Amino acid sequence: MSASSRFLALTACCSLLALGSALAPSSADAAEVNVYSGRKDHLMKPLLDSFTAKTGIEVKLLSAKEEQLLERLVQEGADSPADVLITTDVARLRQAQDAGVLQATSSEALAKAIPAKYRDPQGYWYGLSARARVIFYAKDRVKPADLSTYEALADSKWKGKICVRSSSSVYNQSLLASIIAADGKDKASSWVKGIVGNMARAPQGGDRDQIQAVAAGECDIAIANTYYYAGMITSDKAEERDAAAKVALFWPNQNDRGAHVNVSGAGVTKAAKHSAEALKLIEFLASPEAQKIYAEGNGEFPVVESVPSSDLIKSWGTFKAESINVAAIGAQVPEAVKLFDKEGWR
Amino acid sequence: MSPSPHPSRHWTITAMTLCGLVALPILTVCASFFFATADVWGHLLDTVFPRYVGTSLLLMLLVGGGVTVGGVGTAWLVTMCRLPGARWLEWALLLPMAMPAYVVAYTFTDLFAYAGPVQSTLRLWFGWRTAAEYWFPAIRSTGGAAAVLTLVLYPYVYMLARTAFLEQSVCVLEVARTLGRGPWRAFWSVAFPLARPAIVAGVALALMETLNDFGTVDYFAVDTLSTGIYRTWLGLGQPLAAAQLGAVLTGFVFLLLSVERWSRGQARFHHTTPRYRALPRLPLSPSTTGLALLFCLLPIVLGFALPLLVLASWAWNSGLGRLLSRDFTILAGNSFLLACLSAVLAVSVALVLAYAQRLSPRPLTRALCRVAALGYAIPGSVIAVGILIPLTATDRFLSSSLRALTGWSPGLILTGTLVALIYAYLVRFLAVSLNGVEASLGKVTPSMEAAARTLGQTPGGTLRRVHLPILRGSLLAAGLLVFVDVLKELPATLLMRPFNFDTLAVRTYNLASDERLSDAAAPALAIVLVGLLPVLLLSRAIARSRPGASSSPRS
Repeated sequence: MSASSRFLALTACCSLLALGSALAPSSADAAEVNVYSGRKDHLMKPLLDSFTAKTGIEVKLLSAKEEQLLERLVQEGADSPADVLITTDVARLRQAQDAGVLQATSSEALAKAIPAKYRDPQGYWYGLSARARVIFYAKDRVKPADLSTYEALADSKWKGKICVRSSSSVYNQSLLASIIAADGKDKASSWVKGIVGNMARAPQGGDRDQIQAVAAGECDIAIANTYYYAGMITSDKAEERDAAAKVALFWPNQNDRGAHVNVSGAGVTKAAKHSAEALKLIEFLASPEAQKIYAEGNGEFPVVESVPSSDLIKSWGTFKAESINVAAIGAQVPEAVKLFDKEGWR
Repeated sequence: MSPSPHPSRHWTITAMTLCGLVALPILTVCASFFFATADVWGHLLDTVFPRYVGTSLLLMLLVGGGVTVGGVGTAWLVTMCRLPGARWLEWALLLPMAMPAYVVAYTFTDLFAYAGPVQSTLRLWFGWRTAAEYWFPAIRSTGGAAAVLTLVLYPYVYMLARTAFLEQSVCVLEVARTLGRGPWRAFWSVAFPLARPAIVAGVALALMETLNDFGTVDYFAVDTLSTGIYRTWLGLGQPLAAAQLGAVLTGFVFLLLSVERWSRGQARFHHTTPRYRALPRLPLSPSTTGLALLFCLLPIVLGFALPLLVLASWAWNSGLGRLLSRDFTILAGNSFLLACLSAVLAVSVALVLAYAQRLSPRPLTRALCRVAALGYAIPGSVIAVGILIPLTATDRFLSSSLRALTGWSPGLILTGTLVALIYAYLVRFLAVSLNGVEASLGKVTPSMEAAARTLGQTPGGTLRRVHLPILRGSLLAAGLLVFVDVLKELPATLLMRPFNFDTLAVRTYNLASDERLSDAAAPALAIVLVGLLPVLLLSRAIARSRPGASSSPRS
């Protein structure tokens, strides 16, 4: 290597080390809390900022895909800088608990604020917002009276009329997991088969794409999460607003177990160096003011019952949600994926 | 060719250390095979595995064919033919490289899907009402994914092929012509074989990128090995089986490269003459010119102009002002810094490796280098974990031994710092720089350095005084490829970055994965713009890189 390039490499290494040490986790005694978040940056940032403003505790945030964060937590072991893990799905919270990277905590405030079905019985994690996965239909082609349950969508009268995304989506995995928990594996398997037979097209795109396909007439029925619909109604793209106007929301299974609900949530890590601050942060996220931001920022439902939903969500009417503890759903997800693979729901 | 074995030994040792460091994460992934996960494999083989493999192979075939025809064809036309606007086309053909494939996928879907403007307009014109009444190619399909990947990946072949055509000596072409070959036969029998190592290097890069692509195939609902890995890891909760799928993928690439090497046999293509003159350009008839122009313009329009327009209109709708905010400057600065540092590092390491091989070829170094270069073909999310495991292990070892010695521990020193991130980029993108550097180093005739060494130069001196000036263009090209790749890189960045540190790609992903495409348009646009700058600068440098071009005013 030439002298000049050797010099260049040396400079690069030195500046890297300097940068690295400047950004390395600082000592444990400062009032701070380090967060690994699977929930999007732009959703968390306003909440974390107001936490800092209120308590003076500095928050450091790393947002990435949940399974990656989980892997990093596992590998970092007891030296991990993370104090709190936030995820957007109960299946991941459950995986983190099983991997042994969370610790059980007890908090009176959290036990009082969050309904029991939305948190882990032993306090390993707490649900912070709820999202419902429901049926959407074309206003001009489907009568709501023809709709009833998730199970009824497998009926052959919907042949070629259903749009739903890939089973790689954790939302579909959790939905099937809840059906397995409610109806058993055999019925769940024939449900998957029925839906696959009724699909208008091979599963593609995200939840918004399914709602859009209903609006465009490619299919009559879509299965999607409510907050995507909310996002389309308030979108700054005119096409999305127009599409949402042609589609209506139907709350399924209102006469039996209720609509499928999943939670995003948080837990204190086992390696936490700031566990008191970590619990304080989770308590803050479950406080009425934070729950309001949670709900309005992303069109989700607050888990704290005294906090009202946004006006838009209220306009969809009240509904009955599943009462099963979300922890039981998380345990069924691997089984759900195998069923999807077997019946060819891609 | 090695008059004194002594000085080259340092080179070999350095090269082996570097290779070992870079190969470590890949070996970690492959080591997953020593752990049994039989029940998952039974399920995978019964249900989805054959489809994953079949689709991956088909996609590679389509993209491989597409980038070879597109890349070599355009490179030959703009370098060797008299085309109007050739000077403009020379750099414009590189532009699609600045486009992340997943962004092109978003925009194409928006344009060509059933609910999109193109099909809606057609329905309006022809009075069709439902999808059953007409045929339109489904954009979300294996064919659609192949088209998008070809459009953004052909510049890899174009760039390396063009550099090779520029570095060639006119004499060999003239000899071919005096021996009675027509211009096209001369291309096939002389220029093409001479450029073959470079072309193969480019195609191999494109194919590896195809194999590790997740964003496009996932969005297009195409089931390849890389989406399968993701699903196995996440849904089935089987990281080990996912890593094994990753190792299968690596096997694919290894096979591919071996076949190419075997088919090349013992043939080596060196330039034997030091005579370089301005390249003569072939005149074309008017109709051929029209076709050639169309051939060169099509990829620029589809791979760059069209997606850019769509992005710009989205960004306009969601407020373009955000592009100029302070927040954005920081994001762009982070991306730029990481990309520059990684590009310099990756090219330097590649040069050391390639040169050490040339000084004294050893099977072990060679094998290690091959393994080290595989990082490019493994999906980012898998290799990121492969990097994480040895890195945190080192960290934990350091931390616990310090604690034992002094009673105090600094925690994790490497993980979650920029050092870790740059190391991750080196592991992922070494193949990019190595392929390019090896290909052009291979074309420098060994008699050049024999002469330099006879005249008393050390191996290092030979590299600096003889090879570096000749290779300048290729090194720049390799650096540019790494730069653009790092700018667009996502999985490793997401996993390895420090707290409170974001890049443009991270921001784009965060918004796009939340299905907020119009909000994601602004950061995506910024990736394209930041990526454009080096593309433009370096394409000029490559054009001037023809040996002797800067020192001889007559060219």
